[in-house]
Amino acid sequence: MIENRDVILSVQDLAVTFGDTVILRDLSFSVAAGAVFVILGPNGAGKTTLLRALLDLIPHGGRVTWRTQSISYLPPHEFLQRRELPPLDIEEFFRFKTRNLADIKRVLAEVGLGEPVLRRQFGSLSTGQFQRMLIAWALVDDPDVLVLDEPTAGIDVGGEETIYTLLNRFRQNKPLTILLVTHDLQIVWEYATMVLCLNRQKLCMGAPEEVLTPQRLKDLYGTGVKYYQHQHR
Amino acid sequence: MTKTVLLALILSGVTGALAGYLGSLMLTKRMALMGGALGHLTLPGVALALLYDFDVSLGALVFLGLGVSVIWYLEQKTHLHLEALTAVVFSTSLATAFLFLPRQEADIALLGDVSHVTVFMVLATVTIATGIFLTVRHIYSHTVLIGISPDLAASRGIDLRWHNTLYLLCVALTVALGVRIVGGLMTAALLAVPACTARNVSWNLKQYAYFSMAAGGLASVLGVLGYVATGLPPGPLIVIASGLLFLGSVYTKVRFGKVLSSEP
Repeated sequence: MIENRDVILSVQDLAVTFGDTVILRDLSFSVAAGAVFVILGPNGAGKTTLLRALLDLIPHGGRVTWRTQSISYLPPHEFLQRRELPPLDIEEFFRFKTRNLADIKRVLAEVGLGEPVLRRQFGSLSTGQFQRMLIAWALVDDPDVLVLDEPTAGIDVGGEETIYTLLNRFRQNKPLTILLVTHDLQIVWEYATMVLCLNRQKLCMGAPEEVLTPQRLKDLYGTGVKYYQHQHR
Repeated sequence: MTKTVLLALILSGVTGALAGYLGSLMLTKRMALMGGALGHLTLPGVALALLYDFDVSLGALVFLGLGVSVIWYLEQKTHLHLEALTAVVFSTSLATAFLFLPRQEADIALLGDVSHVTVFMVLATVTIATGIFLTVRHIYSHTVLIGISPDLAASRGIDLRWHNTLYLLCVALTVALGVRIVGGLMTAALLAVPACTARNVSWNLKQYAYFSMAAGGLASVLGVLGYVATGLPPGPLIVIASGLLFLGSVYTKVRFGKVLSSEP
């Protein structure tokens, strides 16, 4: 049970429908400040829809209450246009958010990208660089909450490890709550403090070691899922 | 240089520069050809303005508003694609304008005319263009971010509907100003060609927007100078000047392409 004063997000009876199709229903949960809250579920479970409803990007029923206004969101890759854009360099992309060049340089250095990247074109970065740049963009204004939808989709295992190591390092330096959609159970075991199993409705919620049993995973994904368990970092 | 020519140069230069600036934003939204359809929508208004001797931009704006309302209404009722409905309405507008207009006025409506520019017209155009420019500058970066991801923009608190409304209003007003100098047939060129020129020779967004503005203004001034020298209609000359600037940008890109495309 989370103490009320520690709750950064409270969701009550959330429901989303598109026409006659029910995408999410009867969803209630809370997220504690500083948590790494992972939303897990098969394709079509409503994970992206849930994040979009939490951010009030789509119409929804029920109540969503944030205890902060400082929220950064990175949508999934397919929601981001990288090609066929006007000539936009990385510094200009960051200036959509802040005019403080020192902050931009600092956060880029923290994700392992040097100053020369500021002059690079938005569409010219490799997938791994692009994703690190986006993480830096999300963090540049020092948010309280980071909402990430499959941030490592399309990048290799090494790149994926780098992203999560970076995020974990940021969390150690300052209080940061992370809401994350991922399919990667290894990441859940290593970094999540709380897991929501979702398939149009809440199937389970709790600490990974409590709720991610082989049977639960089978119920969630409808098939046997190889069962890993790792120590928390 | 006569006063009329000077006024025509100022009016055309300001309108062309504004169209170039806005066109750079339209190109990022892949709506470059929309200016053409809107230009056609204005033709009955331009025809009436010429027949009853009132301002062509005013006539254009009234019919633009009417045309967009009809398209919106038909879309609600028929659920046909906006593109298809725009084609229906703009081709009907074009045909109607031809029925109304005597030949000489038809040429003016289609190809533009800067031979009767007044001081009031220039002052009104500069004032309106300044307002549109400031509005476009205000929404420019947000609109580019919306182009990258509407969700990313909305999560930053950007009101997508408000931005879109402002953007469309700016497009409509710019088209209404543009039909005076290039006519109803070639507004797409006024909006799209300078942006394509700028795209070839710019490295970042700031350069792109301001090169497009400069290309639009320069093409319009060159077109009017061509009109003064030859007596040919200004609209086609402005568009040809714009096309030549575009060819120059293609040459620059091909000649110095390595410099432009390599990472700095």
